[in-house]
Amino acid sequence: MLHLHILLTFFALTPPESVLVKDNPNDQGQAIVITWTHPAPESLLGFRIFRSTSPTGDFTPVEPELLNRTDYLDTDTLLRDGVAYYYLIRAYSANDSASSAVAGPVIARAQWFNASRLNVLVLTLIISALFIYYILRARQGKQMFIRKISGLDAIDDALGRATEMGKPILFSFGLGYITDMVVIAALPLLRRIGKKSAEYAVRLIVPNSDPIVMTAAQETVKEAYTEAGRPDLYNPDNITFVTSDQFGYAAGVDGIILRERPGAIFWLGYFYAESLILAETGHTVGAIQLAGTTETTQLPFFVAACDYTMIGEEIYAASCYLKPEPVMLGTIKGEDFIKMLLIFIITVLVFFGTAATLLNRNIPSLQTVFEAIVNWFSPPS
Amino acid sequence: MFQRSIPLFIVLFTALLLIVAFFIPHKPFGDLESRFLNWYAIISGFTFLLGLDSLTRHHLLKVIRREKGWFYSLLLVLSLFATLTVGLYSWVKFSSPFALRAPFMWLYKYMIIPLQATMFATLAFFIFSAAYRAFRIRNLGATLLLIAACLVMLGNVPLGSSIWQRISQLVHLVFPNTRLDLLYQIELFAQIKDWLMAIPQAAAGRGIGIGLALGGIAMSLRIILGIERTYLSS
Repeated sequence: MLHLHILLTFFALTPPESVLVKDNPNDQGQAIVITWTHPAPESLLGFRIFRSTSPTGDFTPVEPELLNRTDYLDTDTLLRDGVAYYYLIRAYSANDSASSAVAGPVIARAQWFNASRLNVLVLTLIISALFIYYILRARQGKQMFIRKISGLDAIDDALGRATEMGKPILFSFGLGYITDMVVIAALPLLRRIGKKSAEYAVRLIVPNSDPIVMTAAQETVKEAYTEAGRPDLYNPDNITFVTSDQFGYAAGVDGIILRERPGAIFWLGYFYAESLILAETGHTVGAIQLAGTTETTQLPFFVAACDYTMIGEEIYAASCYLKPEPVMLGTIKGEDFIKMLLIFIITVLVFFGTAATLLNRNIPSLQTVFEAIVNWFSPPS
Repeated sequence: MFQRSIPLFIVLFTALLLIVAFFIPHKPFGDLESRFLNWYAIISGFTFLLGLDSLTRHHLLKVIRREKGWFYSLLLVLSLFATLTVGLYSWVKFSSPFALRAPFMWLYKYMIIPLQATMFATLAFFIFSAAYRAFRIRNLGATLLLIAACLVMLGNVPLGSSIWQRISQLVHLVFPNTRLDLLYQIELFAQIKDWLMAIPQAAAGRGIGIGLALGGIAMSLRIILGIERTYLSS
């Protein structure tokens, strides 16, 4: 009997060890992190987690399925903030199970500050302060210079050419929603184009993929026509909804281009794979084309197919460029200064990182400092 | 006066609230962003009625006025309402239009998906015509673009590897001391492609990305502080 007991003890399942329970950091509460270790987790069927509000009370399983890992985030909807909880982990083999010691108490709490986003807060404050400094400088009358943006200069030429040819103008926001910054940035451009088209009495067609954008476009063009003193020319039938389907939209707009044969086309907004289908169709009808998008993967297609392309943040600068008020230009100046600052920081870090790698054997702390800096700049969870 | 100041105040208040909520996980801030997005999704769901109104009005007017291509407009309106009817029937009969045996699913699988695929497939031809124009040697920039594009293409296709094997054999023929197996392993075109994509292309992409991020912040600040008002009615 004693021998059997010794044998069973020798082959008994080892229980999970080092069970650690803690409140999940930087969250809105109702979450507890549980970690544990096991000398041979691969030999098991899995683990099951049990929870109770008392160390000696009834432990109920948190997850019905067996877990094949040694960590778990308990986000059960029954979990309450401010209540002390106790956990135990049970390991299961084919014909045995073994429970860990009870871990706890642990209390879930919501945090008032997400510490993992401290880097974002610091950088936001610095960047915002620099922007505000340049806005204030501009308010004091400091002269600001803005470089030529050929894409924006070409707007009037394109409109003039369409007028001379007696052809309509087409403007598209692509598949952008009103929540996309680039669509908001394109609205002033639509206003400018709308005003000019009203002055030249040229038809402006705006096919849309989103009803909210369509409504905003209708209002913008209506205002532009009124501003130009030609509200009679405004026709809401020219600013229509096509479809929200990506290739359905491409087919619809291609059809409009081939039927109406516009003299000038403006692709300003959010575009995906349909960008080249649209721009190449525009090219086949001989329209002068101007594009601008923040979707960098589509920029090469527009560069290849269009006459002018606004690259990067140029489309964001459009409203400042077209209406160069000092305060508006102040933000562009601030943007340029921050860009210079970032180039300087990146250059310094490149040299520092290279030196840290080269001198790693003699001064290992350099590598540690470099990695700490890089980690600080890495995106938060 | 209030027509402009009230929207500006709403923009300022909402923006500040969402910025604060980004850093505070505690209720009621923590789930504010998702709550706002839910509101947006609900509102945008209703605005599809506006889209439907615009689409049907536009095409019905074309049909009534017998404008050029009115027959296609008629087809569009009929297809729209046929899809709606089939969708509603599927919903009632199969409790979801996307049930596998539902007629709406048949419509989706055998009409909408092939049409989408056909449109997507035309991209191949458009890439060819656009590439022809972009790669024409007009100046130094276009020449560099052509060389880089050819190298990247060779590095991506089996033909590049095959050409490199022939080059390796030629090198081995001229310099018999070189080891042919080692020359094969170099895969020069693939290495050049990797370098072009990982260094100059990534550097340019990140440069544009940083510019876009800063431009976005500047634009946001202009909107939040009420400097940028071009999106508002005058």
